[in-house]
Amino acid sequence: MRRPALFTLLVVFLILAVWELACRGFNVPDFILPTPSQISMVAVFKAALLLPHAGTTAMEVLIGILISLLVAVPLSIVMFAHPSVENAIAPFLVASQAVPVFAIAPLLVIWLGYGIASKVLMAAVIIFFPITVNLLAGFKSCDHEFQMLFRLMGAGFWKTMRLLYWPWALPHFFAGLKVGVSVATIGAVIGEWVGAQQGLGYLMIQANARLNVDVVFAAILWLSVMGLSLWILVGFLEKKVIRWKQA
Amino acid sequence: MLKVTSLSKCFGNLSIFDHFDLRVPHRGFTILIGPSGCGKSTLFNVLTGVVPSENGKISWCGETLTNLRKKAAYMQQKDLLLPWFSLMDNALLPAKIAGEDSAKSRGRALSLFKRLGLEGFEGYLPGEISGGMRQRCALVRTLMFERELVLLDEPLSALDAITRRSLQSLLLMLQSDFEKSILMITHDIEEALILADEVLVLSQLPMRILERFTLSGSKLRQLDDPQLIEIKEHVLNILQEELKK
Repeated sequence: MRRPALFTLLVVFLILAVWELACRGFNVPDFILPTPSQISMVAVFKAALLLPHAGTTAMEVLIGILISLLVAVPLSIVMFAHPSVENAIAPFLVASQAVPVFAIAPLLVIWLGYGIASKVLMAAVIIFFPITVNLLAGFKSCDHEFQMLFRLMGAGFWKTMRLLYWPWALPHFFAGLKVGVSVATIGAVIGEWVGAQQGLGYLMIQANARLNVDVVFAAILWLSVMGLSLWILVGFLEKKVIRWKQA
Repeated sequence: MLKVTSLSKCFGNLSIFDHFDLRVPHRGFTILIGPSGCGKSTLFNVLTGVVPSENGKISWCGETLTNLRKKAAYMQQKDLLLPWFSLMDNALLPAKIAGEDSAKSRGRALSLFKRLGLEGFEGYLPGEISGGMRQRCALVRTLMFERELVLLDEPLSALDAITRRSLQSLLLMLQSDFEKSILMITHDIEEALILADEVLVLSQLPMRILERFTLSGSKLRQLDDPQLIEIKEHVLNILQEELKK
């Protein structure tokens, strides 16, 4: 195993060990703070309860990612091609992030109902911004001399986009996507807290009301695993797509 | 023949060149040498249409043109190879953009790879090869333009002495085997004397031609030739005088 991975595992183990020993040593009640071992047991043995909820949240997040990509990529290209569009839209983009997601969640539930649509949109709103901003920054960072070379070769905007701007901006795109996927669960869970019939956020609210804190923690553990898996998946895709970075 | 007459360019109140005249003979090798910041690269930018000129006339083989974009291939100091494309795909870029037949272009690129000593490296990425090989690949891409006139802006300045020497021979091959007319910028007086048919020494801003030297004899020339040594000393003196101004 590589040294950084070993170090990460060691840090995780130390934190969990201190947590476990502190809970046992100070006799902390389960409904205040359960031990990591208890949380792990619940996460594994109550998988039948947790999995359907995790599946719903994962679906909301994945559809949210897909929608945000479908909006963010064309919008970044349009804003890059037409700076006047960027000037017109930028204040709205910033405002969409300045408003707390908690503030818009009840509205989305009213408009789109208690199904997954409102949660998907919440996730999409959160993911969309880092992808758009990073991709646009990537296009803009393209070396002037390369742009000049393409102009001299007589390349139009779309050929230059396909052969130069898009590959150039890919590292920025993946950086934005990594940020997006790691916070995507926030949008979905907040949406589920406000009003849902399924999902890890919904389960957390239900379990919290019954003081089943171990189930709340188990749901958090599943959310963390989900976020981490998405982050690793994007990292893997990044390595596959941007092979030339390693050359 | 390339003929530039009364070409002028200024940025605001700063005149870069004013009524500048230049001739590059058909299949000739003309080198521009001058102090840094004297406007050589701006001249190339004007010639290729990257920046517009204030006035003047550019003509190629008797045809008057706004710029040389469609008549000249341009190679810069940086190799400007796209890191995500293989050497072959980089070489094929002009053909791809022009929408030319890829099988025919690939065949031509393969023969150029062979002639320029890159055979077997077609599938490599630019990050996997040396600076000299990258510059050779950039040269292949320049040749893929299939233009009679080649503009070279310090194409060898970033290379070490040994690699530079081998690439100088390739530049001469452009003139002799590929029958190109070449206009090149360099800071290296010795390189100019080795390669050029004509060396034009340029002034500080506004740029003008201070002196021109017509050179003869087979190339690559040997620098121990007393006549070349004399010219080198003379050019150095001119440039030093210019820098004092």
